[in-house]
Amino acid sequence: MTTDSSISGSLPRVRTAQPSGTGRRGKPRPWGQIASQLFLISASVLWLLPILFALYIALRPYSETTKYGYVSLPHSLTLKNFTDAWSTSGMPHFFWNSVLITVPAVVIVLALASGVAFVLTRVNVKINVALLIVFTAGNLLPQQVIITPLYRLYLLIPLPSFLSDSGLMYNSITGLVVVNVSFQLGFCVFVLSNYMKSIPEEMYEAALVDGAGLWTRFWRLTVPLCRPALAALATLLTTWIYNDFFWAITLMSSGDKRPVTSALANLQGQFVSNQNLIAAAAMIAAVPTLVVYVLLQKQFIAGLSLGSSKG
Amino acid sequence: MSSATDTQVPAAAPVKARRRRSLRRLSGRDRVVVGLLLGIPLLLDLAFVWFPALATLLLSFTKWNGVGSLHTKACLPNVPSILNNGCLYGIQNYHQAVTVYPEFWPAVRHNLIWLGVFIFVATPLGMLFAVLIDRGIKGSRMYQSILFLPVMLSLALIGIIWEFVYSQNLGLINTVIGRNGNSNAIDWLGNPHLNLWAVLVEATWRQAGYVMVLYLAGLKAVDPTLREAAVVDGANAWQTFWRVVFPVMRPINVVIMVVTVIESLRAFDLVYITNKGINGLELLSVLVTSNIVGETQRVGFGSALGVVLLVISLVPICIFLFQTFRSESREGQS
Repeated sequence: MTTDSSISGSLPRVRTAQPSGTGRRGKPRPWGQIASQLFLISASVLWLLPILFALYIALRPYSETTKYGYVSLPHSLTLKNFTDAWSTSGMPHFFWNSVLITVPAVVIVLALASGVAFVLTRVNVKINVALLIVFTAGNLLPQQVIITPLYRLYLLIPLPSFLSDSGLMYNSITGLVVVNVSFQLGFCVFVLSNYMKSIPEEMYEAALVDGAGLWTRFWRLTVPLCRPALAALATLLTTWIYNDFFWAITLMSSGDKRPVTSALANLQGQFVSNQNLIAAAAMIAAVPTLVVYVLLQKQFIAGLSLGSSKG
Repeated sequence: MSSATDTQVPAAAPVKARRRRSLRRLSGRDRVVVGLLLGIPLLLDLAFVWFPALATLLLSFTKWNGVGSLHTKACLPNVPSILNNGCLYGIQNYHQAVTVYPEFWPAVRHNLIWLGVFIFVATPLGMLFAVLIDRGIKGSRMYQSILFLPVMLSLALIGIIWEFVYSQNLGLINTVIGRNGNSNAIDWLGNPHLNLWAVLVEATWRQAGYVMVLYLAGLKAVDPTLREAAVVDGANAWQTFWRVVFPVMRPINVVIMVVTVIESLRAFDLVYITNKGINGLELLSVLVTSNIVGETQRVGFGSALGVVLLVISLVPICIFLFQTFRSESREGQS
C-alpha cells in the first residue's frame, strides 16, 4: 500500500480538491504561490547541496582539490577515487557483512512480528493490550538506555562456533542480528497489528467454517493479506538496519566484522590523508539506500506513515 | 493463557461472534501455535530489551568495573576501588554524576539545546514543508522527494558528507565567505563554541524531512469536507489550518512530539562520527557509551547515566502510549 493509493482509494475527494490549490482556499493568491515556490526551491537547493558537493569532491583527484580547494572549477574528473576506495579498504567485505546482518534480521523480524500481531489481534489472550504496549514501548527506548547491561550480557552468552568465531554474542554477526530483531520487533508488531485489525472478521469466519486451524488462518489467510504492509516494512527495516551505526560500534570490537555503515568510522581514520577517498567511500556506502530511494520511495514513506497513524 | 469459554460456533451466536476478539475454543495444536507465535518474540523482546532496561536501573546502584562478580554487600568507605568492586553503592553514582563528573552538566545542556532546536526549528520547518507541499503546489512531488532524501541516509554518512561543507581550509562555507586562509579560518567542527550548532544544522537537515513525511501522511488523512466547511464559513488558510486541521491531527502531533524528543535523546551517530563526542559535543548518549567501550569500564556509573536517559524518555513514551491505547482498552472492555 502506498500512501497515494490508499488515499485515493478511501478518500477520492482529496484528488478532486487538490488540483485547484487555490480554489480550495477560496480566493486565488498568486503572491502566496510565488513565495511558497521560492521557499521550496531554496530549501531544495540547500537540501541537495551537501550531497552533490560530496559527490563532486569524490569525482576530483586529491592533488587538485588540495591545490585549488573544494570550491573550484574542475580541471579533471575521475572515477579513480571510487575504484581506490572500493579496492584498498575492503569495502566489498564490509558490504557483505551488511548483507549478512540486514537480510536475516529483516526476514526474521517480519516473520516474528506477523506472528505476534496475528495472535494479539485475532486470539483473545486477555492481556493483548498489555503485550502490545510492552512491544511498542520497547522500541521507543533510546538504545543507550539498554546498552550497558546488553554489552555485559553479550559478553556472557556463549554461541556455538558456527554462529560466531568469538564464541560469544559479542563481536558476532549473529549478535547484531539478534539485537536488531529484538529492537525493531516492537515497531513492526505495532504497525502490523494495526493493519491486521482492518481485515474483516467475516474472512476468518469463512475460514473457520472451512475448518481452518489457527496456523492456516495465520499463514494462508492473514500473511498474504498483509503483503502491502510487509513490503512497506521490509523497505523501511532494510534501510534502518543497514544504516545502523550504534549497535555495531558498541557490540563489535573488531573493525573487520562491522557492517559498512559503522566501518565508515574506521575508513575515516584510514584515509585521513585523502579526504577525496572518504567522500568516494561515503558515496559508495550510500548506494544501497539511494537505490531504495529511487525505486522504493513510496514503500518507504508508506512504512513510515503506517507507523505514525493508527490503521 | 488462551481461554476457551465460548464453545459455540459463530453462526449460533452472531452477536458475540461479531466481536473482534471473540473467544473461541482452541484445539491443542492451536494452543501450541499461539505459544510459539507469541512466545519466541516475547522472549526475545524481554531478554534483549526489557531485561537490559531493568538491569540498567539495578546496576546504577552498584559500583562495578565489569570484572569479577556482583554481590549485595555495601561498598566500604575509604577503601581503594580495587577492593570495592561489584558492591552496592546506593545513589553514589548519581551523586558523583551531578557533583564531580565534569562532562555531565555540559552533556545535559547539549541534549537540552538539541531538543530545543528540534522543537523550535526542525519540527516547525518540517511541518511547514508538509503544509506547503500538501497544498498541491506545482512540483510538489519533486520537492517532497528532494527534502526527504536525507532521511534515507545514515547519520554516520551525513556526518561525513557535511565535513566537506564545514572543512576549515577547503570547505564550502569558509571558501564562500572568504575565511579559508590559515589565519582567519573558522573551525566549524573543532571550535567547542561552534561545533554543537554546526552539527545541529546537520541534524535539522535530516529531521525536518522526517517530520515532513510523517506530517504529510497525517494531512492527507484529514477529511477534506472539514476544510471545505471551514472555507464556506469564511475562514482563511491560516485559520483553517490552526483552528480546524491542526486540532484533528492530534494523534499525529503526539507521534511527532514523541519522535522529536526520542530522536534528540538518541542523538549519537553524528557527534560520534564528527569527533567521538568530545570537546563541545558531549551528549548523555556519548557518556553512557564511553563508560562501556572506553578504557575503564564503569558499569554502575554508565548505568546511572542510562537511567537519566530512561527517566526523561519515559515522559513522551507514556504520553504516546496513553493516547494510542486509551481507546483500545475501552474497546476491549465494551
